[in-house]
Amino acid sequence: MIRFDRVSKSYPGSQGGLHEVSFHIEPGEMVFLTGHSGAGKSTLLRLVGLLERANRGQVWVNGHNLSRISSRRLPLFRRQVGMIFQDHRLLADRTVFDNVALPLVVAGLGQAEIRRRVQAALDKVGLLKKARALPVTLSGGEQQRVGIARAVVSRPPVVLADEPTGNLDPELSLEIMELFRQFNQVGVTLLIATHDLALVEHFSCRTLTLRDGRLVGDR
Amino acid sequence: MARRRRTNRLRASLQPRAWLLRHLQVFVSSLGRIWQRPFGNGMSILVIAIAIALPAGLQLLVSNLAQLAGHWEGGASATLFLKPEVSDRQVKALLQRLGNDQRIGALEHLTPQQALEEFRQHSGLSEAISLLEENPLPHVVLLKPADAGLSPERFQALVRELRSQPEVDRAMVDLQWVSRFRAMVQLLRRGSQVLAVLLSLAVVLVIGNTIRLEIQGRREEIEIVKLVGGSRAFIRRPFLYEGFWYGLLGGLTALLLLELSLLFLRGPVERLAQLYGGGFRLQGPDPALALAMLLVAVLLGVIGAWLAVQQQLDRIEPA
Ligand SMILES: Nc1ncnc2c1ncn2[C@@H]1O[C@H](COP(=O)(O)OP(=O)(O)OP(=O)(O)O)[C@@H](O)[C@H]1O
Ligand SMILES: [Mg+2]
Repeated sequence: MIRFDRVSKSYPGSQGGLHEVSFHIEPGEMVFLTGHSGAGKSTLLRLVGLLERANRGQVWVNGHNLSRISSRRLPLFRRQVGMIFQDHRLLADRTVFDNVALPLVVAGLGQAEIRRRVQAALDKVGLLKKARALPVTLSGGEQQRVGIARAVVSRPPVVLADEPTGNLDPELSLEIMELFRQFNQVGVTLLIATHDLALVEHFSCRTLTLRDGRLVGDR
Repeated sequence: MARRRRTNRLRASLQPRAWLLRHLQVFVSSLGRIWQRPFGNGMSILVIAIAIALPAGLQLLVSNLAQLAGHWEGGASATLFLKPEVSDRQVKALLQRLGNDQRIGALEHLTPQQALEEFRQHSGLSEAISLLEENPLPHVVLLKPADAGLSPERFQALVRELRSQPEVDRAMVDLQWVSRFRAMVQLLRRGSQVLAVLLSLAVVLVIGNTIRLEIQGRREEIEIVKLVGGSRAFIRRPFLYEGFWYGLLGGLTALLLLELSLLFLRGPVERLAQLYGGGFRLQGPDPALALAMLLVAVLLGVIGAWLAVQQQLDRIEPA
C-alpha cells in the first residue's frame, strides 16, 4: 500500500532529510513511525501525502508512483490519503460539521450524502453533539478528534497521522489510538508518527524507527 | 495492466446536480464575503465605478454633441445677397429657378424692408436706423440643402454655382464651423476610446489587487482545502465569482454616478439649448450603453480575478 524504494530527500542548506529509506507497508497494516526529534518522521509523512516530492528513489502509494502524478491530478491523489496533524489544521471560522464535510465538498458529493457521512464520522469520534460548534470552543482532544473525523470521512484507503497525541494527556492519547485501531479493523492502512514510546509499546504494532534520516529499525 | 487500472481511479466523479448547487452556493457566498467588509470593499467598488463611469460619461458627451451637430447641420445654410439693381421681377424669376433646383431644400426670401425690420429688431440700433433716409439693404435669399447630410464640400460647390448667377452679388456659406465641430467630436470620440482602454486596465488592476489581498488573507484556508484534495478549479471558483461581483457592483455604481451627474447637468444644459433655439435634450445612457457598461465591467472583474488567481494560487502549498 505504501512502498519506499531507496528514497532520499534533502533540503538545501540543511543537514536533515531522509537518506536511502526503503520499506513496504501492506494494505490494512497499522504502523508506527518513531525516532528522535528531527529524525525525519514528518518529512517521511509529507512524502507519502505528496506535500513534498522525493529527490531520489520511488514512492508508491495505493498503486500510484508518486513521481508520475502531475500537479493537475495531485488533488485527486490527496483524496485517497487522509492526513491528521498535531496542530489539527481546522478552519476557525467554520463549524465542526463544515470542517469535517470539507473533503466531501471538494469531491463534489451531494448534500444528503455529505450530511449522512459527516454525521457517521462525528458519531464515530463521539462529537455528534458538537456539530454546530466552532473549533475554538472545543478542547484540544476534541479538536484532534474533529481532525480525525475529517481525515476518515471520505473513507480513504490510507490515513497518515503526525503526532496525533502530541499535546494530549495519556488517557486521551489512548482513546485516540483506540479510534485508530477501529479504523484499522475496517481495513484502513495507517501510518502514525509519534515519539510516545509508551504508546507504541501498548499497541504492539509494527514500528519503523528513524535516526538522522535513516531507517534503523523495522519490527 | 493492473497499474493502468489503478491510475484510472484518479478521476473526479461528476455529479451535475451537486456541482450546480455548489456553484450557486459559492456564487451567493462570494457576494456575502464582499459584504463582510463594507467600507474597504465599498471603496474598491467606488474606484471601479469611477473608472468605468469616466469613459462612459465621455462617450455620452460625444453622442450628445453628435446629436447637437445633427441639429445644426440641418441648419447648414447659405445666404445670397442680390445685386441692388435687380428688379422685383428678376428676383421672382431667380426664386422660381432656385425653387425648381432639386438640390435646394428650404428657401426663404427677405425683401429689403423685411431685412431692415429684422435688423432693427435684433441689432438694438432702431433709433439709428430710423435716421436712415433710404434702405441700404439688398434682397436676401436664405437657403438650405435638400439633403441635410450633404457633405460640406458638395454644399460649397453648390453655393459657388449659385454665386455665378447674374442676379447674385455675394454668397456666404455657413458651414466651416460645422466641419470644425465635427472634427472636434471625432477627436473627443477617439479620446474617450483611449481613456476607456486605459481605465479598463486600471479596473483590472484594482480588482486584481483586491482579489490578491483576499487570497492572501485566506491563505490558511486555501492550504487546508489543498490538503483535503480541493482542485484548482474548486479553489479558484470563489475568487472568480468575487471578481464577477466586483465588476457588476462597480458597473451598477457607475451607472448610478452617470445618472446623478446627468441630473445635475440637465437643468443648465436645457437652459443653454433654449438660448440656441431649443429642440435639444440631454440624452442619458441608453439601454445598449448601460448593458455594454455592465458586461464590460463584469468581464474586467473576472479577468482581474483570474490574473490574481493565476499569480497567487500556485504559491500557496500546504507544508
Ligand atoms: N522545509 C525544510 N527546510 C529545511 N530543512 C527541513 C525542512 N523540513 C525538515 N527539515 C529538516 O529535516 C530534518 C527532519 O525534520 P522532520 O520535521 O521530518 O523531523 P521530525 O522527525 O518530524 O521531528 P519532530 O519529532 O521534532 O517533529 C530536520 O533536521 C529539519 O531541520
Ligand atoms: Mg515532526
